Amino acid sequence: MSKFFVFIDQFKGQALPASWEVVTAARQLADQAGGSVSALVFGPEAEALAQTAIHYGADEALACADATLSDYRPEAYTSLLAQLAKEHSPQAVLFPTTTRGRELAGMLAIDLESGVLPDVTAINLQDGKLVATRPIYAGKLLAKVVCNATPQLLTLRARAFGKPAADSSRSGSVSSVAAALAEGDIASKVVDYAAGDGRVSLGDAGVIISGGRGVATNPNLTPPAEITDAKEKEIWLAHQGFALLTELAEVLGAAVGASRAAVDAGYVPYAHQVGQTGKVVSPDLYIAAGISGAIQHLAGMRTSKVIVAINKDADAPIFKVARFGVVGDLYELLPALTQAFKERLNK
Amino acid sequence: MFVKQVPDSAAKITVENGVVNWGDAPLVINPWDEYAVEAALLLAEKHGGEVTAYSLGDENAKEALKHALAMGCQQAVLISDPALANADTAAVARALAAAAQKDGADLALFGKQAIDWDSGVTPSMTARVLGWPALSLVAAVPALDPAGKTIKVERAIEEGRQVVESRLPAALSIVKDYAEPRYPSFMGIRKAAQAQIPSWTLADLGISAPANTVETLEISAPPAREVSNEIITGDSPADIAAKLVDKIIGEGVL
Ligand SMILES: Cc1cc2nc3c(=O)[nH]c(=O)nc-3n(C[C@H](O)[C@H](O)[C@H](O)COP(=O)(O)OP(=O)(O)OC[C@H]3O[C@@H](n4cnc5c(N)ncnc54)[C@H](O)[C@@H]3O)c2cc1C
Repeated sequence: MSKFFVFIDQFKGQALPASWEVVTAARQLADQAGGSVSALVFGPEAEALAQTAIHYGADEALACADATLSDYRPEAYTSLLAQLAKEHSPQAVLFPTTTRGRELAGMLAIDLESGVLPDVTAINLQDGKLVATRPIYAGKLLAKVVCNATPQLLTLRARAFGKPAADSSRSGSVSSVAAALAEGDIASKVVDYAAGDGRVSLGDAGVIISGGRGVATNPNLTPPAEITDAKEKEIWLAHQGFALLTELAEVLGAAVGASRAAVDAGYVPYAHQVGQTGKVVSPDLYIAAGISGAIQHLAGMRTSKVIVAINKDADAPIFKVARFGVVGDLYELLPALTQAFKERLNK
Repeated sequence: MFVKQVPDSAAKITVENGVVNWGDAPLVINPWDEYAVEAALLLAEKHGGEVTAYSLGDENAKEALKHALAMGCQQAVLISDPALANADTAAVARALAAAAQKDGADLALFGKQAIDWDSGVTPSMTARVLGWPALSLVAAVPALDPAGKTIKVERAIEEGRQVVESRLPAALSIVKDYAEPRYPSFMGIRKAAQAQIPSWTLADLGISAPANTVETLEISAPPAREVSNEIITGDSPADIAAKLVDKIIGEGVL
């Protein structure tokens, strides 16, 4: 019977929602293959998260809350993954395509002399093997790949495998496992952490409102007199523009994205960047305001379900990928849009 | 530090009979790797040491190495062997690790990922082959002590900023926040043009062909996406907004 391992990616006791999507995908594979799903949960709240994994479709969970795993450290996590994989011989180990997921899948492949199929968007089970589809060249092409060693290691792209649904009546066993490495065997140590602004989480967002260089172009706003530097004036203007995006994002529970031009100009931190050299996102709704739609930006968002473009320039390439477009000034349209959504959604 | 030669990101990429084609678009150094070159140069300027750029690939990859040399790397080495023609990421990692070991490197620097296959696993895989700590998404190196064999890095993780201390040698993947890559200088470009770049085979690295486990069955163009564009117009922003909201809600995505 084939066993599917799912690594639950968590940070400070909070699972990344993409982890549950992977459990759901693994459940479907296991049902097809006549196999079972084991969730692997390391770090704080491991036992509670293990229960949640079972609600999402795992048959059992292996949990380790050992202090050496409180902070994610790749060596400590990989060694335990490798040990458990050797003990249980799973057919495949599935990870969400997060930074940690990719990193661990790669390292585990080395330990187990296997290979890794990263950022997979579709899986077919053929003769007992997982044949994976993954976008390459920024989504311009698709590659069908297979890993001819066992276990097969895959990372699954967020939002590519359907919405997970929890069933709190599901039950399964949670076994607690011991860490593979002692503190002294781990070469690195986390000594400090500062949380980000929390408005980023682009990978998981169902709705993203993104701004580009256009957000800093309002001719009707005058920066306060104490700002004399031209660059600072521009950034002040950009912040007024991004404030309009943020208001709309709040009404829709959305994340705020940005083009590289907006990031490079210092309007928002890099963590917001969508595109080939930023985040690749795939929300249900992507609203692009003041973004021209350069190929590298499209590479990061073109698989969004519904794209809305707001741009002054009717010839902007963003309109080619947009389901709905508005040719106009974002400074006028965004407040009106926020107001209209508030009314329609009763907020 | 490791660089890769890739098609320009604006290239129109097509596929014919399973062969990827980027027309006459230029091959360029992977943009992520430029940040790693910059980081390597800054670290060597501050803490001493030499920067060697390695690339695995065919003769084309020498262009990426020349770019790295023009930016200021001291040496460049091409890792090239017919047995690596279809190397998967694990096989690549084993070859890169052998190169780092042969040269007795203290730090291996990588870009975050390559924009051709977008795998993003080579840095951590190479680290694992070497048995070195993998420090990814590094945005700054506030402390480095080559003699004491310690390093402190600031990582730009999704959740915020994290400071990690580690033993050396270590493998780092560098992100954009580190520093804007410098432009190659005129002198650098001349030097790079004249440079003899050695090619190392697997035998030179002292390893046999690493096993390939990942097989590419097919490469295809994605199904064309039918987007029906609709431009929303109206008498006023409020009017347009009301229509747009109706349309969006009609798509059932909220
Ligand atoms: C190797 C490489 C990697 C790259 N990676 C990325 C990436 O990851 N992500 C990314 O986004 N880009 C990336 N780029 C950059 C990309 O090529 C573009 O330069 C960038 O996306 C442009 O950003 P923009 O659309 O905000 O700015 P611009 O192209 O300047 O567009 C601004 C738009 O705003 C509109 N506008 C102005 N004022 C208003 C207003 N008041 N109301 C409405 N519309 C207005 C204008 O009509 C214009 O279309 C990359 C480039 C390279 C070479």
